[in-house]
Amino acid sequence: MEKTQHTHRAPVSHQPLVVEKGNLGEIGSLVEVEINGIPYKVPIGTTILEACRQNNIHIPTLCYHEDLCLAGVCRICVVEVEGMKVLPTSCTFPITNRIKVRTTSEKVRKARRHILDLLLSEHYGECYSCHRNGNCELQTLAKEYGVDFYRFGHITERRHKVDKSSYSVIRDMDKCILCKRCVRTCIDLQEVGALEATQRGDMTTISTFLDKPLADVICINCGQCINRCPTAALKANDPSDEIWAAIDDPEMHVVIQTAPSPRSGIGEEFGCEPGTSMTYKLNTALRMIGFDAVLDTNFSADLTIMEEGTELLLRLKKLLVEGDSSVKLPQFTSCSPGWIKYIEHFYPDFLDYLSSCKSPQQMFGAVIKTFYAQERNIDPNKIVTVALMPCSAKKFECNRPEMTDSGFKDVDYGLTTREMAQMIREAGLHLPELQNSAFDEPFGDTGSGLIFGATGGVMESALRTAYALVTGRPVPFENLQILPCRGFEGVREASVLLENVLPDWSFLEGVNLKFMIAHGTANAKKVMDALARGELKDIHFVEIMACPGGCIGGGGQPIPTSPEIRQKRAELIYNEAADLEINESFRNPSIKYIYEKFLTEGPCRHLSHKLLHTHYVKRGKYID
Amino acid sequence: MLVSEKNALTIEIEDLTKSFGDQRESLLPILQEIQLKHGHISDFAQQEIARLLDIHPVEVYGVVTFYSFLSTEPKGRLIVRLCQTITCDLAGKEAIANTLEKELQIKFGETTPDKKFTLEYCNCIGMCDQGPAMLINEQVFTKLTPSKVIEILKKFN
Ligand code: SF4
Ligand code: SF4
Ligand code: SF4
Repeated sequence: MEKTQHTHRAPVSHQPLVVEKGNLGEIGSLVEVEINGIPYKVPIGTTILEACRQNNIHIPTLCYHEDLCLAGVCRICVVEVEGMKVLPTSCTFPITNRIKVRTTSEKVRKARRHILDLLLSEHYGECYSCHRNGNCELQTLAKEYGVDFYRFGHITERRHKVDKSSYSVIRDMDKCILCKRCVRTCIDLQEVGALEATQRGDMTTISTFLDKPLADVICINCGQCINRCPTAALKANDPSDEIWAAIDDPEMHVVIQTAPSPRSGIGEEFGCEPGTSMTYKLNTALRMIGFDAVLDTNFSADLTIMEEGTELLLRLKKLLVEGDSSVKLPQFTSCSPGWIKYIEHFYPDFLDYLSSCKSPQQMFGAVIKTFYAQERNIDPNKIVTVALMPCSAKKFECNRPEMTDSGFKDVDYGLTTREMAQMIREAGLHLPELQNSAFDEPFGDTGSGLIFGATGGVMESALRTAYALVTGRPVPFENLQILPCRGFEGVREASVLLENVLPDWSFLEGVNLKFMIAHGTANAKKVMDALARGELKDIHFVEIMACPGGCIGGGGQPIPTSPEIRQKRAELIYNEAADLEINESFRNPSIKYIYEKFLTEGPCRHLSHKLLHTHYVKRGKYID
Repeated sequence: MLVSEKNALTIEIEDLTKSFGDQRESLLPILQEIQLKHGHISDFAQQEIARLLDIHPVEVYGVVTFYSFLSTEPKGRLIVRLCQTITCDLAGKEAIANTLEKELQIKFGETTPDKKFTLEYCNCIGMCDQGPAMLINEQVFTKLTPSKVIEILKKFN
């Protein structure tokens, strides 16, 4: 590339780079780029990083994340572009004309190593006492660049206090490399805005509003920031020591329930490809670890469907038969505790739209300490309930003061997929090598709860049951697969026409049941704003999951996460569900059993209301 | 804070959004106005600004803490800012700093009990050829010596 002669006084090296424009086509048309001497053709606007990744040329990154907008702050992805004086960051450099890029030159190598050395100079801690040991992007880079000494020193004193205030997320800013992935996650994906870079220069810290403890500001505990943090600066609040203590106490009967999403993800912790099923091997591992009973959260997912579906039908009846216009429709699902906290903070005037049903985790907790205790003749005082969840918000949820309807703390500990994997490793087990084993009775049968793990799954299950209850026929979709519920689009909408209904439900004849699905609270915000503007009048039911992708993308799931990984986990769940014999909640024999033996008045009646339903708190946005 | 005070502040910020706009880019001018009028930007003001611009309070806080001329805490009526950048340092900043501390009887980062003076360091104010230099509110003082500092402070007393 030639430099044109400029008449002003700036030295040549400071003069702007003038590049030959070539034949600039439209955005999207192809442009040639030479990377390390080899020509490639890429669409105009492709970044250098994308071009390299598409062609299997490795460039290290830290602040870059597939789910997030570009930041260009960590600078580790610098490359050399011929004719440019500085090394630009490849992640933010769109290719618009023929450029020559070098990714391996001496300049690039040294710059990257220096950037890394600078990051390490401020990085407190030792890898062997760190929970991200072996799965840390900074550590990986240090290995990749052969760091064997601290060129710019290494701090040995803490500069920040670890923030342990939250039930869900622990923040250790001494391990933070200021990549701002958490900031972009919390603002752009979740629309919560708990975190931002504050102060300046060497004082810069990721902090909350007024640097308050996380528990005192607005955080919905979704843990999405944890999943995207490249280092150990963020982690979930790990209760495994307490769980080990309960297991090691012979007096205690320790029950664990496992949700579908951890089962679809935990294999990744043991080196398996995303989308490898571990459900029945996990049962074996849990028994070997010492849990006294292993139960399937699918049971309480089915129970949720029974209660939530009935609640919806009752709301419709109130509106259509009794003409009660105070009925709040659409009904919103309530099984995602991150979403619950979101609506409590940001839309406190709309809490009546929420289903009053507890989440499957909490329903199961209440059932275990009542019905299960009765059936197995165990003192509920001696039962410890653990919930294996893909979710960090579940830790907050089980500690909500209202979650004690069994007379005890319904769920004692919420454990994430990552923490479970750690316990399994600690027990000396390699999960993929274990035998399969079944769930424990009396809740051993699986209905349609499995698909709860993916966004749209609750809706699909609820529709199957509601449709069948109202019409006496299965939903009119091939193999009961309501495809409009599936997929990863942020907000989806679909409908099912209720025809030839049973006499009890004649008021629903001809009603076109309309529903919406949203995942990630940024999308929930869109739905809520539409509701506030009065635009959802003809919608009956809305499913919202706080995490992008639904529970399979939960804040407690294995790291890393990406659209592709979430897709594979979801595929696994749908494939496993397709193999099940029973795909409707109300046909699950365990469900029939509990309504015959225990909740004898049926769904949404007195005992259900006491144990399985809850209320919400108007929290609001103001931070004191 | 009293409820009536809160409302007055809200009305003030609403007025500012009317003159500067209610987009993200209006944040800085609004913050500057509030800082100028109240000497600081309170927690409540930050949250109200966030609400009216439809951004998150922590984003406002991030901006306020980024700029040293914006503050979250009330300060003295007169803010003395001594340049700490290298040229002023070489020109004898240390002696000036000692004199200021002795005369005002406070340390850097502190405010006098009568809320009159706040003493702070600042980064380069562009007076490198005339250092050591300091600002008192908007006014610049250059080529400082300890005796000159005593004279200047007297004028403000
Ligand atoms: S965050 Fe990563 S680099 Fe830092 S101590 Fe932990 S494992 Fe090591
Ligand atoms: S847990 Fe969720 S809401 Fe809380 S800081 Fe992280 S991303 Fe934001
Ligand atoms: S906490 Fe983690 S994600 Fe957030 S800026 Fe620090 S290193 Fe990055």
